[in-house]
Amino acid sequence: MTDLAHLVPYEEALSRYEPVIGLETHVELGTTTKMFCGCPTTFGLEPNSAVCPVCLGLPGSLPVANRTAIEYTIRIGLALNCSIATWCRFARKNYFYPDMPKDFQISQYDEPLCTDGWLDVVVEGRTVRVGIERVHLEEDTGKSLHMGGATGRIHGAEYSLVDYNRAGIPLVEVVTKPVAGTGELAPETARLYVTELRDLLRSLGVSDVRMEEGSLRCDVNVSLAPPGAAEWGTRTETKNVNSLRSVERSVRFEIERQAAVLDAGQKVVQETRHFHEDNGTTTAGRSKEEAQDYRYFPEPDLVPVAPDRDWVEQIRASLPELPAARRDRLQAEWGLSGLEMTQLQNAGALDLIGATVAAGASPPDARKWWMGELARHANATGTELTELAITPAQVARVSTLVRAGTINDKLARQVLDGVLAGEGDPDAVVAARGLAIVSDDAALTEAVDAAIAANPDIAAKIRDGKTAAVGALVGAVMKATRGRADASRARELILERMS
Amino acid sequence: MAAGDAPTGSELTRLSAAEIAAAVASGDVSAVEVTQAHLDRIVAVDPDVHAFLHVAGIGALAAAEGVDRKRAAGEPLGPLAGVPLALKDVMTTADMPTTCGSKILEGWRPPYDATVTKRLRAAGVVILGKTNMDEFAMGSSTENSAYGPSHNPWDLTRIPGGSSGGSSAAVAAYEAPLAIGTDTGGSIRQPAAVCGIVGMKPTYGGSSRYGLVAFASSLDTPGPLARTVLDAALLHEVMSGHDPCDSTSVDAPVPPVVAAARHADVSGLRVGVVTEFSGGGSQTGVQARFTEAVELLESLGAKVVEVSCPHFTYALPAYYLIAPSECSSNLARFDAMRYGLRVGDDGVRSADEVMALTREAGFGPEVKRRIMLGTYALSSGYYDAYYGKAQQVRTRITQDFEAAFEQVDVLVSPTTPTTAFPLGERADDPMAMYLADLFTIPSDLAGNAAISVPCGLAPEDGLPVGLQIMAPALADDRAYRVAAAVEAALEQRWGGPLLAQAKELREQAGETR
Amino acid sequence: MSITRDEVAHLARLSRLALTDAELDHFAGQLDQIIGAVARVQEVAAEGIPPMTHAVPVANVFRDDVEVPCLTPEQALSGAPAAEQSRFRVPRILTED
Repeated sequence: MTDLAHLVPYEEALSRYEPVIGLETHVELGTTTKMFCGCPTTFGLEPNSAVCPVCLGLPGSLPVANRTAIEYTIRIGLALNCSIATWCRFARKNYFYPDMPKDFQISQYDEPLCTDGWLDVVVEGRTVRVGIERVHLEEDTGKSLHMGGATGRIHGAEYSLVDYNRAGIPLVEVVTKPVAGTGELAPETARLYVTELRDLLRSLGVSDVRMEEGSLRCDVNVSLAPPGAAEWGTRTETKNVNSLRSVERSVRFEIERQAAVLDAGQKVVQETRHFHEDNGTTTAGRSKEEAQDYRYFPEPDLVPVAPDRDWVEQIRASLPELPAARRDRLQAEWGLSGLEMTQLQNAGALDLIGATVAAGASPPDARKWWMGELARHANATGTELTELAITPAQVARVSTLVRAGTINDKLARQVLDGVLAGEGDPDAVVAARGLAIVSDDAALTEAVDAAIAANPDIAAKIRDGKTAAVGALVGAVMKATRGRADASRARELILERMS
Repeated sequence: MAAGDAPTGSELTRLSAAEIAAAVASGDVSAVEVTQAHLDRIVAVDPDVHAFLHVAGIGALAAAEGVDRKRAAGEPLGPLAGVPLALKDVMTTADMPTTCGSKILEGWRPPYDATVTKRLRAAGVVILGKTNMDEFAMGSSTENSAYGPSHNPWDLTRIPGGSSGGSSAAVAAYEAPLAIGTDTGGSIRQPAAVCGIVGMKPTYGGSSRYGLVAFASSLDTPGPLARTVLDAALLHEVMSGHDPCDSTSVDAPVPPVVAAARHADVSGLRVGVVTEFSGGGSQTGVQARFTEAVELLESLGAKVVEVSCPHFTYALPAYYLIAPSECSSNLARFDAMRYGLRVGDDGVRSADEVMALTREAGFGPEVKRRIMLGTYALSSGYYDAYYGKAQQVRTRITQDFEAAFEQVDVLVSPTTPTTAFPLGERADDPMAMYLADLFTIPSDLAGNAAISVPCGLAPEDGLPVGLQIMAPALADDRAYRVAAAVEAALEQRWGGPLLAQAKELREQAGETR
Repeated sequence: MSITRDEVAHLARLSRLALTDAELDHFAGQLDQIIGAVARVQEVAAEGIPPMTHAVPVANVFRDDVEVPCLTPEQALSGAPAAEQSRFRVPRILTED
């Protein structure tokens, strides 16, 4: 167990040790059917209703590989600048576990489909090139409910209930090379790498990359060594870290914990650890009685995969614009600095702004609303921009209304509030709340006269030539019209009355 | 047979599959009559032979009725419609248990049919039931069956061979004219040889493994057992062909095996005698009959030469690394979680403990031995020296075959070194038991085609001897052609089939199950 | 190469076989004999010889990404030693995957 008292404060840990991180990311592919059978991959079906003899591992059943899953894996490999194997095999990884129907997992061992690529991640304005060791294809396991214990967790449970609907779903594993030299930015680098990978996978259309549904999960490796050490330290592997924030927190925690272990003159144990969302700590996985020996051997029920070079080139040609290239293009089109672009990206606003521009707003306007009023709203309510109850088209409409002079910026904020509150489209909110700017002279004159009458002192000053005082009367008009008055026309009318 | 002279009752069980199919097609007999005759025969002799683990009388009669209805309706019938068959209990059947001869699967009813099962049903073949076998097809005698051994109809105190011993015994005892077996190291050919019938291991991938409960995936091959070469070929054709559910299934037309079986001509054919398998090592009578068979081929116009295949002597050790390695992984799924036996689940023990207790209780000694042997061979640190090396030897053996088939059209050897040995003789002597597959294993490792055809009785014990004919991959028809020629010539010499020389089994009175 | 009783016990644990002591003794002797015999493969000159993992030299056998009918939950669970809530009920699991 980790004693929380035995952690080294983060900055102090970094002053004595250099972290090396590595990430293994599992991605459930968005194919229609499973890796080796024709059962659907749909999420949330009735338990054990998306199973067949193959994915249930029934005696006699045999796997046949899903062509689309192979294609998606190659897509991922190409997008990650990998080499695509000319010939490779699936292998069996043998170990007993109740959620694994065959008690072996069909995976790839020493012959992955894609090897040796990279993914660039921008961390605090600096580009970190994360090496990709391999991208391989395997099958997912079933899911267990642990029953009878107090916590619903595995420990203390009396028995478990297994649903094999997820068993056999194609799972791609993207393994990085060790990432060194990021220093105190190691946790952030880890998070940004996973973010970048997630965005890349989404743009490729190969997965819905929902961490909360488990379609994207990370194992995070961390080791520490004194700066300049000839060898890297012993690493730990924190399993199934299931949110971007947790990726960052788990790295940070392991740095603080391992530093304490090393400071005490002890050795870091190479082990599997588990991350706890509630308190941000990791704990050692229960050690297995026997060292795992997976006895990998080539899967005899499947034939080798030898992707035709023409096929690979077709896939390469069909790759969409990747997120990094798209960011570069948008940055140029929108005339933003690198830092501004990073801010948009970190706020998750890139797609929203892109869509708002596509719906007719100018890039600066789109950016202004999303990064201004809407970002404040998201912050205040603790939600993500993407989760706000407003569409890019609605934001674009607000922007158009401002451009047309129907509303001003101040009114626009009220319109946005109305849309967010579920009062309907911007036009409906303007109508319902009566937010359109009042610019007809009859209505304005009435307000102007009232303002003059109510402020004789100010009126006198204006008549004496102190025109700077006009602002105060305009303010009174605005107040009386609850901000709806056309301020410049009001000013003109006041001056006409005073002359 | 002449019209109005249709065979009845027990006579029906003596017909070949081809004869039965013709009689059913012509309306001389009904499929129901044929099926009933075989069910009666099973009741009469199976208490002694114990070829079947499960007899599906009602289902068989219903399938037979279906064939008779189709005939009455004038619908076209397949070449084996209405012919009864005994199915090795390693093939899944949705309407019958599938146990693989193991306690761990006692009573298991698969929710699906194997591809071979489906094809048989679609062809109108009448499945009588499921036959006994060495547990998970591991063995050469059926003594490893959890349900007791089958007995050789030639001598009930002897083994019927294995692992498809229930299938070979059923055919030799006239309980069925046809049977399905599976061959991993000789499990079709060796039981066929010791029971005096025909058994064919098709080219690997020629017949589908989907629904065949795996022993060693890269070796397992379903194939036919029958009393005549033609019958075997007819069944071969019906059961084979590309299956998209089996990635290792060959996507090519089935070789013209039926035509080959009808073309019993070996003149000009080059026959190679495998040097390494023709010296000592075989029982005297086996060697004598083999030598005669080679002389017979020569007299029929074949050119016989001796061919050396130097790595064949390493086939047995390579096989006993590869097959156990694959089996250790294939049989992991019998873990008490989803189907089959569960032992020791007292609410306190963990899943791991229940797995280990169940597997301990559910598997027999030979299966345990092979699982541990395979686990050892695949372990890190041993992989290269054992499994890896065995795979290289496999390449060497295949290369030996390739070189040989440049010189000759087929290779021949005895099918197995001895005739049927007494039950119990080798039961706890695995190394002695393994020798039964000495000559059959090379073709499994290379994945080519090989058939066993009866070539006489060993003088010293009066028991059948088999001649093995090995042909290149996808040249299954060539094996049939040679086997048919040998069969025709020998039956002429003997004045009838070899099986006619077996003494009649005692028939017991009883009710049809 | 010989195999010890302890190694056989290790193999039994890896293979999830709760062997009795008598079985361990018996199998240790037999496995030792068998391993001694199969080790003969090491006599074969195999330098540069590729391993043969499949009997048929075929590659790229794929299926289309098209749904086919599944089993019903009843069929799937039909052989289950224990089931609950349409799921397979299994004894408690001690270690995380």
